[in-house]
Amino acid sequence: MAKKNERDTKRCHGGVTRRGFLASVGASTVGAVVASRAAAAPAQQRESLEGMVPCTLKINGRHHSLLVEPRWSLLYVLREELGLTGTKQGCERGECGACTVLVDGVARYACLTLALEVQGHAVTTVEGLVVDGQLSAVQQAFVAEDAFQCGYCTPGQVMAAEALLRANPAPSDEEIREGMSGNLCRCGAYDHIVKAVRRAAAARRAGGAR
Amino acid sequence: MMPNFEYVRPTTVAEVLTRLAAGGARLHAGGSDLLGCLREGILVPSSVVSLSGVAELRGIGELAGGELRIGATTTLTEIASHPLVRQRYPGLAQAALLVASPQLRNQGTLGGNLCQKPRCWYYRGSFQCARKGGDTCYAYAGENQYHCLFGGETCYYVHPSDLAPALVALEATAHILGRGGRRVVPLEQFFLLPGQDFQHETVLEHDEILAEVVLPAPRPGAAGVYRKVRERGCWDFALVGVAVWLARSAGVVEQVRIVLTGVAATPWRARAAERLLLGRKLDAALAARAGVAASEGAHPLAHNAYKVPMLRGLVEEALRSLA
Repeated sequence: MAKKNERDTKRCHGGVTRRGFLASVGASTVGAVVASRAAAAPAQQRESLEGMVPCTLKINGRHHSLLVEPRWSLLYVLREELGLTGTKQGCERGECGACTVLVDGVARYACLTLALEVQGHAVTTVEGLVVDGQLSAVQQAFVAEDAFQCGYCTPGQVMAAEALLRANPAPSDEEIREGMSGNLCRCGAYDHIVKAVRRAAAARRAGGAR
Repeated sequence: MMPNFEYVRPTTVAEVLTRLAAGGARLHAGGSDLLGCLREGILVPSSVVSLSGVAELRGIGELAGGELRIGATTTLTEIASHPLVRQRYPGLAQAALLVASPQLRNQGTLGGNLCQKPRCWYYRGSFQCARKGGDTCYAYAGENQYHCLFGGETCYYVHPSDLAPALVALEATAHILGRGGRRVVPLEQFFLLPGQDFQHETVLEHDEILAEVVLPAPRPGAAGVYRKVRERGCWDFALVGVAVWLARSAGVVEQVRIVLTGVAATPWRARAAERLLLGRKLDAALAARAGVAASEGAHPLAHNAYKVPMLRGLVEEALRSLA
């Protein structure tokens, strides 16, 4: 399992990815729609631009300067403006945990966070856990323990686990369940998730693993 | 997506108050309740005033007289893990740790938790209920399994906070800043029953801010606990919650507060149960009688009568843990 994932990751870094292909096809279509809307309702377009303000975000160690509407959530900006689609949109009401990211190393729901609120803070998304194509200890443990089925909640689960282990390197099973309690898994992979967190904790404590 | 708004991030309370006085503004502390209210159209402010840049509103510190001051934008995680809170006010630490999920505790604040809007599903849904200016409470004759047992009148929601009962049990005071200066209100009087005002949940005026909560210095012989029943073992509001704080001398109860949550629109003091305990030694039999007394005056609706035995059992259990 671990080897298969490694191969897939490498292939994604080397060539065309499914996501990249879909995004590029989507972009040309969206471009056409925006152009026609702009022609039909120029006043509306101007109004929304007027409502935008400059925003500087530090995400996965990189600075991004962009214009945002104050109402945009961090989740929206990550996915729709910056293309960081690893962070998932689930309930958009702070109940499911799919959008969990780290802000200054602490887990938080990106759907209930205004992008403007995290200016001056360091945001880490699931993309930021991969260094030089190498998955983090938590990510590797999720693969090794088969800690997902459909995988949709997994980025949020991984980020919650990452935050838990940064704060508590040797959690008991009860502490793991409490630390992961803000993340739902509709497939019900909870037992495997607990095992994965336990495995990641051991790997990190043994040293060498990130 | 929610309607757009102007966003400002002042660095002083004075600037915040100026913004509030201008009207149409809503405060943003952790944002977890506010963003939900904005998305659901419960609140439609023209400006959102962020408090994250106001350093003086955040943090926990001991005052000269031994009181503990907790700033309004201190997070629930910070409260739950603070050594002085854990050591001197364990009931409060337990309550903070039982709120929602780790992510929400990292984000949610003391002030936001106390000032959160009602969670009634009719209020949050697309019903023009009495609290939103309509002419009826849909919960009264509708799906009211999560609604109130005490103090219902015109509106039947329950205050969902875990911190509020723990703080009221500790006789905390709310420090409110406005353009006229500071006013101090016992936290017990901070919340409003629908009979007092069915469209506002607290005594805060639109141009005021809850700046901090102050806990009295701990008393010798005092003990506290917070218990909560919810449908899931995590991430859920209390069906019923209870905070108990009591001080004993030679085993005899000299002072006690028993404060329920999830059963009224405000934290609800079980005064009959408190009276029963005063001057007596707490044992299992007295705890059971106090549990029954705590339900005195309950008026269940069609679907929430289960809360009566639940609160009796919860009060008994909380008291037994202190016996």
